[in-house]
Amino acid sequence: MIGTARAILQKDLLLELRTKESVPAMTLFTLTVYVLFHFGLDRDSLDGELASGVLWVTLLLASIIGVSRLFGAEREQGGIVGLLLAPVDRTALWVAKAAALFLMLVAVELVAVPAFGLLLLGPSLGGALPELLVVLALGNVGIAAVGALVAALAAETRAHELIVPLLLLPLLVPVLISCAQATEPLLRQDAGPEDLGRWLGLLSLYDVVFVLLSVAVFDFLLED
Amino acid sequence: MYSKGLIPLAVATVVAMGTAMALIFFYAPLDADQGFVQKIFYVHVPMAIVALCGFVAGGIMAIKHLRTGDRSWDLRSYVAIHLSIILGVGVLVTGAIWAKASWGHWWVWDEPVLVSFLVVFLLYCVYYPLRFAIEDPERQARYSSVFAIAAGAFVPLNFMAVRLAEAYTHPRVLSQTGGSLPGDMRLTFLVALAAMALLFVTLWKLELTAKHASLQLKKLRRRLDARVAA
Repeated sequence: MIGTARAILQKDLLLELRTKESVPAMTLFTLTVYVLFHFGLDRDSLDGELASGVLWVTLLLASIIGVSRLFGAEREQGGIVGLLLAPVDRTALWVAKAAALFLMLVAVELVAVPAFGLLLLGPSLGGALPELLVVLALGNVGIAAVGALVAALAAETRAHELIVPLLLLPLLVPVLISCAQATEPLLRQDAGPEDLGRWLGLLSLYDVVFVLLSVAVFDFLLED
Repeated sequence: MYSKGLIPLAVATVVAMGTAMALIFFYAPLDADQGFVQKIFYVHVPMAIVALCGFVAGGIMAIKHLRTGDRSWDLRSYVAIHLSIILGVGVLVTGAIWAKASWGHWWVWDEPVLVSFLVVFLLYCVYYPLRFAIEDPERQARYSSVFAIAAGAFVPLNFMAVRLAEAYTHPRVLSQTGGSLPGDMRLTFLVALAAMALLFVTLWKLELTAKHASLQLKKLRRRLDARVAA
């Protein structure tokens, strides 16, 4: 199963490297949203709640692009038939897609988080970085797990581009809550009391539940 | 096949609803600080509990569908979710009225139950566009079931997250579980809850019967058309 997943993941990453479709679009999108927030909130620098909220809402919105493109090649070029005809475990497909989404999110955040620090964040990003990396990693796992499931659910529907954001965003509300709450004390001017453990616990629980759930139900998607 | 026991169930629902209404208006005491408007509690809270149970039940029926491959379980799951969404509209409207009357605002973000209910409601509203964007009936049933299971697991998780996020900014004054209610209020609440649950089951059976009948009718029509054409 691992071998199959790695093969599909390699194919997806190669495709992304050659076409440069999703990651540049998502990165550009995050920068645009920062500009929108700058004008929408009429603020030059943000800290605390506002900063972590803007950062996470932007990342979640950008993830919509990645999720709706996740089965893009398969849908447009008919590659899905090839995948389905191959006598491989469907779980491998989910693992590969979730891993691809995870790596895409990491690539986006490599630009988007420093850019956020430069453009909008009041306090410096340096001190918060170790904790922020943990929150980002756990958040990415949650987004990747749910995103791969939602992408597969929506892949075979007519109104695909309509279903993905409507389905993805409510499902990610707990991720937003725990990530934004965990990030908020890190981005404050005067580093206040932290409650990192509780939010990371909730985030890990969410990740575990949706990883297990996706593995359990993914066999029933893309079956025919 | 679905209509078995529908009539006694309907009668029981009418009796329970009548009893609940009578208890609400004539037996339950007026709330000391909220007055008459507190009586909306006996509609709002049972409706919310039944709707949430309906969502979870829809998920369980969906599991049954995927395990057995019997599409009638998908139909059951669909009708349960459909009715829960309708109840959900009622929950949000009565919740807003209650919030306006007791806190002075139509919507309060620091009430975790109300907020998580809104998130769950928004998620389940996507069930319709998802289901009806898939044409192949067999695939439609399978995808809808996967959605119902994922969303069913999401319900408790979401409640936990929202409660954690709000609990420390605003301590909860009123426990809605009925645990701290005085005896006569609790009795009224329990009867109202039973009535709402009966109403849900009756409507569920009725809708299933209707759906099944129209499916049968479609099948017969098709056979008739085939015969006429031949």
